[in-house]
Formats: sequence, structure tokens, C-alpha cells
Amino acid sequence: MHYESPIREPLILGEKNYHDVSIEVARPIETSPPRSWWIAFSISLLLFLWGIGNILYTIGTGIGTWGLNKTVGWAWDITNFVWWVGIGHAGTLISAILLLFRQKWRMSINRSAEAMTIFSVIQAALFPGIHMGRIWLAYFVFPIPNSFGSLWVNFNSPLLWDVFAISTYFSVSLVFWYVGLIPDFAMLRDRAIKPIQKHVYGILSFGWGGKAKHWQRFEEVSLVLAGLATPLVLSVHTIVSMDFATSVIPGWHTTIFPPYFVAGAIFSGFAMVQTLLIIMRKMFKMEHYITIQHIEMMNIVIMLTGSIVGVAYITELFIAWYSGVEYEQYAFLNRATGPYWWAYWSMMTCNVFSPQFMWFKKLRTSIMFTFIISIVVNIGMWFERFVIIVTSLHRDYLPSSWTMFSPTFVDIGIYLGTIGFFFVLFLLYARTFPVIAQAELKTILKSSGESQKEHHTEDGHH
Amino acid sequence: MDTTNTQTEAQEAHVEEPVKEIPMVRALFDDDDVLLKSVAAIREKGYKIQEVFSPFPVHGLDHALGLKGTRIAIAAFMYGLLGLSTAITMTYYMMIVDWPMNIGGKPSMSWGENMPAFVPIMFELTVFFAAHLMVWTFFIRNGLYPGRKAMNPDPRTTDDMFMMEVEVLGDREDLEGLLKETGAVELQ
Repeated sequence: MHYESPIREPLILGEKNYHDVSIEVARPIETSPPRSWWIAFSISLLLFLWGIGNILYTIGTGIGTWGLNKTVGWAWDITNFVWWVGIGHAGTLISAILLLFRQKWRMSINRSAEAMTIFSVIQAALFPGIHMGRIWLAYFVFPIPNSFGSLWVNFNSPLLWDVFAISTYFSVSLVFWYVGLIPDFAMLRDRAIKPIQKHVYGILSFGWGGKAKHWQRFEEVSLVLAGLATPLVLSVHTIVSMDFATSVIPGWHTTIFPPYFVAGAIFSGFAMVQTLLIIMRKMFKMEHYITIQHIEMMNIVIMLTGSIVGVAYITELFIAWYSGVEYEQYAFLNRATGPYWWAYWSMMTCNVFSPQFMWFKKLRTSIMFTFIISIVVNIGMWFERFVIIVTSLHRDYLPSSWTMFSPTFVDIGIYLGTIGFFFVLFLLYARTFPVIAQAELKTILKSSGESQKEHHTEDGHH
Repeated sequence: MDTTNTQTEAQEAHVEEPVKEIPMVRALFDDDDVLLKSVAAIREKGYKIQEVFSPFPVHGLDHALGLKGTRIAIAAFMYGLLGLSTAITMTYYMMIVDWPMNIGGKPSMSWGENMPAFVPIMFELTVFFAAHLMVWTFFIRNGLYPGRKAMNPDPRTTDDMFMMEVEVLGDREDLEGLLKETGAVELQ
């Protein structure tokens, strides 16, 4: 009944029973955090506060505080927006697509990956908001009756599709995450001794008791939400790419953008999951749940999606040449050999070259190497968006308006601020939420636990 | 962690009123496979199982208990259709009827001609309605809401114990004996 082939590596290491899983998942919440947590939290909080200051300065003074000019009207803000949305995609891929494919290794990492999705979409949503300039009019992006007569939003515009896509993505990811959290909050509630903890987790758990009928509905809801989230996550970055692809700027106006952006999003998202989980498993001693095998699996996804992105870059170059359009050809020549050549080649090195190391088993099972590559990949993916956006704009059709873009301290401050905000949220989450979907994990303990598997083999069962 | 003190406290807070009136036995199990076998044995003898509480979804338990399949996926499909029609109505009214605009030399003549530009909105609203309304349905049908008292009578059932509530028919001791025999580790 709980049989799994002995060839498959165990997903939960050590000698564990159901109770041990509860104890170990609850441990970061019930004990005080290690010193490394406080150090990471303080740095993140400082960055976050610096970012808030810069955002307030932007709102108070105006977009003129950024390095934008009349040729380069979009730069770091949209780069950061696309970068953060992309990072979010891995969380949904792990929790939804791997659920549909019945991949059991998702279970130890899906909770944190989904948390990452939600926190990074929050960062992403900040940028279009502050780029509006008058953020207090942000509600104008929604189709609501207003005092200017029958002035509606333009449903033909990809920017409006983005509003719908991002809002749907954020809110659906949030409920998907929350529904999964309810049984785990109930576990924490029933363990809690301190009255405040008991009360708070009591409210958060919605009174969940694990009744048979409720579990039946729970599993159905999870499955249907996964089925809805799968096309949703693909649609989100498709629509983000259409912000560019439906325009007539050489270098943006290409039909391969949707799949190319989605692959890039998964690529950078998995890299961010690696960065976060390698820190978290060490900080909260989760090595028995987030194993080398999990890290290896994710590295394989990084290698695959990195190669897809590489193919997309080369296709772009080929099509630019093959199109015979002078402007298109120049846009790509300028990317690779123009004044922003360093950004283009950083992108190529980080995104196409570096994941190829993952072909070697020794490297993809090395934690230190994975950690370095995960950061390199995210630097590369940031450069990809910068290259697409800024190098396509800075030399437009009129050579007299050719210019360069350089960020001001405000541009840099807001970007660093969102990194700080992201880590503040994630570190708080890691101390107050069940970071592993323990209820789900307990269902595979008998089939994929290390000691249970050994037991099967010794007894000669099957 | 589970001291007797917190346990009794939690039990007092947990108990649900209507269930209390029917005489029943609460049996605790420490293994899901034993529980499944016991459920089958108890039902075979003609006893009625009121409820089973488990820390995780036990596969095959709904069949063993004879639960009907859930219709929540059908509900989600309906909600999706509602979202789709909302999107169609909204784009039709706003873009074609109320304020037709000529955008990029492509005038808004009819909804059908403009439909390709509305596909993303139609898709997103379908997903939005299906997901959110389904989750609301899930909460309402299960009676889950913030501040609701815990439904499980014993706090150990969210950790590593499984509890079966069986209605007493005839002799209480017969039932208790049967439960013990099929692997219950504790009776209440």
C-alpha cells in the first residue's frame, strides 16, 4: 500500500514518525531564532527602510528623481517589475504543475516556494504603482464607473491585461497557499502552550479539525486550484511579455516572447527558491526534509530552463538577421556590440553558460556551488530584462535622440529596498508559519521516509 | 509537548454540542492503515461511524466510510462560466456599447471582431471567479471561518493520532471490545 521502488531515493531522511514531523516543523516557531536570523533580518530591514525612504521621495517629488529621459522612458522600474514577477513563477510551478504531475518531491518545498511567489508579486506590483507618478489615482486602472462620463479602461491594451493577470495571479496564489496552510495552522494551534500563540493560530486555522469529509473536499479543492493555477501562471508571464511584444519597437516586437519569457521566469524563480531554501534549511535545520535530492531536482530544472532561454536568445538573433529588417538587425547588433555590450554578455554568461555546469552530478549536488549559481542566475535574469528594455529603447529611430540611461540613487535605492522588503517578509514567514506542508508530507512518510524504506527492503516486502 | 493539562483544556474547548447527545465511543488509533482496517470491520458489523478525524488525508478513507464524492469541482466549473460571462458582458458593454473607441485604426465595430483582444481578460476572470468562489464554497460548506472553535475533540488528531467516533448500538462493551481488537490504542 505504501510501497515505493527502492531505486527512488528517500525524500525524508532519518528515523521519523508522524509526531517527529510535527515537532520539527513547529520548532522554528516554538524556539527563539538563531543569531544568523537576526543578522539577516536586520540587514533586510535596513534595506527595506531605505527603500521606503526612496519611494516616499519619488512620490513626493515625482518620477524626475529617476534616471529616465525622453528616449528611455522605461528602465529599472519595469526591469524590476518583470524580474520580480518572473521569480514568483517558480512557486506556482512547484505547487501546481508538480502537483498535477504527481511529483512527490514538491511536498517539502512547496510551502516556501508559494510564500516566495506571494512576496515577490508584492514587490513586482509596487513598481507599476509608483511609476504612475500619482499613485493616489491608481484605482483608475480598474474598470469602475467614474465622474468623467463614460470613460472606461482600454480592454485592447496589454497594460490593462497585466492589471487583470497580476491581480488574479496574486489573489489566487494567496488563497491556494492559505487553503494549504489551514491544516498546518491547526496542528500548531493544538500544540501551542502559550495562550497568545494558541489564540492566534486558532483564528488562522479557521477551526479546522481534519474531518474525513473536509479532507475529501480539501484534496479536491487543491487539485482544482492546481488545475486553475497552471494555465494562470503561464498566462501571467505571457501577458507581461505582451507589454513588449505588441509594441512596434525593434527587439520587442517578436512572437517568441511569451514562451521565452515563461521559461526565463521559471529559470529565475527556481534560482531564487534555491537561494532561499539553502539559507532556510541551514538556519532552521531542515536538512532532513529539504535534501540534496531536492536541490538536485531543482538544479535540473534550472539547467533545462536555462538552455531553453539560451535557445530563445539564439533564435532572436537568427530571426533578426533572417527578417531582413534593418532596424531589427541593428537592434540586436547594438545589443551585442553597442555601448551596452557588457550587459548583453553578462546576461549570456550568467543565463546560458553558467547553468551548463549542472550537467555534472558532482556540481549539481554541491550546496555551495548551487548557492553561487542561484545568485549568478538571478543577476543574469535581471540583466536580461535590462537588456531587452533599455538597449531596445536607447537608440530609437531618430539618431539625434539617441542617449544612454544611468540610474540615480533613487532607482538603486528602490530596487535594493524591494530586495530588503522581500527578505523581511520571508524571514518573518520562516519564523511564524509552518514552512513545510507537514500534513501533506505525512502522507508520503511511509512510502518515502528513509527508515520506512529500509524497513520495506529488509522485510523483503515486494 | 502534549501534557494532560493542555489536553483536557483543549477537549473542553473542542467539544461540539449536537454530537454529544448521541451515545458514542471515541477510539484513538496511532496508524492510518490500522484505522482503515478498523473502519471496514466496524462498518461490516453494522455500526454507524459518526466521524473520523485525521492529521492528514488518509487515502481510501472516504471509500471505506462510504462517503459520496464531492461536487465542489462541478461548482468551480459553474463559477468559471460565471466569470467568463462577466468578462464578455463587461467588455461588450464598455468597449462596444457605452464608449466605442478607434484604437490604432481598429475601430470597435462589434464584439466579435474585437474578441481576440479580450481573450486575456476572459481567461483571467474565468480563473478568478472559479478559484475564489470555489474556496468560499469550501469554507462555507465545511463551516470554517476565522475564530471558529477547533472541531477536533482531541488535539492529538492534528499531530499523529486518528480518532473514530462510533455511535453505540446495543451493548457499549461489545463495540469497545471490537474497537480494541481492531487496533484502537485508547477509548474515550
